[in-house]
Amino acid sequence: MKHRATKTLSYLFLALLALFMMYPLLWLLASSFKPNQEIFSEMRLLPRVWTLQGYANGWTANGQYTYAQFFLNTFAMVVPTVIFTLVSSFLTAYGFARFKFFGKKVFFGLMLSTLMLPNNLIVISRYLLFRDFGWLNSYKPIIMPSLFATYSFFIFMMVQFLRGIPRELDEAATIDGCGSFAILIRIILPLSKSVIFSATIFQFVWRWNDFQNVLIYIDSVSKYPLALALRMSLDITESVNWNGILAMSVLSLVPPSLLFFFAQRYFVEGVATSGLKG
Amino acid sequence: MALSGSGIVKVRSLSDRKNSMRGLLYISPWILGFIVFQFYPFFLSLYYSFTNYSMLNKPKFVGLKNYVDMFTRDRNYWQSVKVTFIYVLVAVPMKLAFSLFIAMLLNMRLKLINVFRTLYYIPSIFGGSVAVAILWRFLFNRDGIVNQFLSTFSIKPIDWLGSERWALFTMSLLTVWQFGSSMVVFLAGLKQIPNEIVEAAKVDGAGRIRVFFSITVPFLSPMIFFNLILQTIYALQEFTAPFVITGGGPLKATYLYGLMIYENAFKFLKTGYASAQSWILFLAIMVFTAFVFKSSPYWTYYQDSEDSK
Repeated sequence: MKHRATKTLSYLFLALLALFMMYPLLWLLASSFKPNQEIFSEMRLLPRVWTLQGYANGWTANGQYTYAQFFLNTFAMVVPTVIFTLVSSFLTAYGFARFKFFGKKVFFGLMLSTLMLPNNLIVISRYLLFRDFGWLNSYKPIIMPSLFATYSFFIFMMVQFLRGIPRELDEAATIDGCGSFAILIRIILPLSKSVIFSATIFQFVWRWNDFQNVLIYIDSVSKYPLALALRMSLDITESVNWNGILAMSVLSLVPPSLLFFFAQRYFVEGVATSGLKG
Repeated sequence: MALSGSGIVKVRSLSDRKNSMRGLLYISPWILGFIVFQFYPFFLSLYYSFTNYSMLNKPKFVGLKNYVDMFTRDRNYWQSVKVTFIYVLVAVPMKLAFSLFIAMLLNMRLKLINVFRTLYYIPSIFGGSVAVAILWRFLFNRDGIVNQFLSTFSIKPIDWLGSERWALFTMSLLTVWQFGSSMVVFLAGLKQIPNEIVEAAKVDGAGRIRVFFSITVPFLSPMIFFNLILQTIYALQEFTAPFVITGGGPLKATYLYGLMIYENAFKFLKTGYASAQSWILFLAIMVFTAFVFKSSPYWTYYQDSEDSK
């Protein structure tokens, strides 16, 4: 009996807490459908009058560009970055996890140390470097480094994962005459689905949400990704036109949410494997 | 996990030299990227930190002047250091304690655990996004929902974001709200605690609190270690929240270090000076990490001494 009571209490507590944690997001969603005068006037969650006015007004942003443009921009920046990150990190992780080579320990140590390298430290000189390359006001400062596996978190995550794949599989394939690249593609890759999904989701969400880098590198409104567009909308919002900015905030959270719901298993696995196993 | 049977080792040694070249080949994109995008900027910023440089003219070597100015003349600097310290000291322990608490609740064998875990994780996937920063501005607005809620308990409205006293705390709440990844790390750790040990302790008469401190905490110490380092490094670099929510105000009460570096570098174009500030941040992170690492043998416990190859 006592056991059962504890369980019920735990459920109740967990449910209340979940509601409490989710409430800000529920409020955001509900308020985006309210007329402006309702937003701050009362505590009631659901709108008394449902309206799409916020979505209509918010979408046109500053008049010159709509959020359609900002969504496209964000995808154009994030999708290549994610793909390049996956390919370059996976190759590097394979090299680290499966081969012995001169200087491996040093390289691996350097790679790990970049995990702790604060972005703030290199962002200034990187900016100047990219200025010299002529990359400012484009997505190159975001995309190009991903071609060279510089998001080292993913290398680390993949190395941890690859170490868990039995080497006997590689050895067997070697004896069967497979080269190292064939092993990578035919043996390792199919077994690594979960870590690749995890990396995809993390990188997608991080790049999608990233604000600091795009703030530094991108100037023209026509190239704004959502993060910058939202801040611009916030700045030009007249004191009462709240529902527009709330509605656009909601929309900007849709793609990461969808990804999370469809692949949440990998999310959780990714967090758990990246720091622990091994 | 160690699978190096003697037969395998022999096969491997035959192709060692070939392997060596291949290994280097596979990591070559990273080596290139590391040199161009990390190593070089790293030392370049060290050099800039000793120069008077404004992005537009040529850097002029000035020795330690930036560092001396920062420590002795710049009042904003110490204000920023102070609020960043407070922020880290408030937000990180709160986040770790909260995520450990939730992880322990979720670790009880209940159904629907996955549903709860998903729900609790949701705020974290939006972490650092501008949308969430905007949401925080609305929630903690003077007329916002938080004050409305408090007023039902007849608590007077608090100026969450406009008062020096509360603004930093309000920002810390945003950090704590995104406790998902620490929670998942803890949860994975809790799953590894052998149930027999807990049962044995209970048979020996250990109460819940005793079990927590004598079994759970020692077993989880590697995860605590990991989360502590990671979350502290993140918190030290927080940028979006102060930039979007308060702009560093009121009266620099939320002028976090990351924001200060950004403003000096890209708003006031004091490239050299900002580089020097970023180097102090880096050194602080190094000292902190080294301290945690050095002290870890005294407080972390590893189940097996399996070496990391």
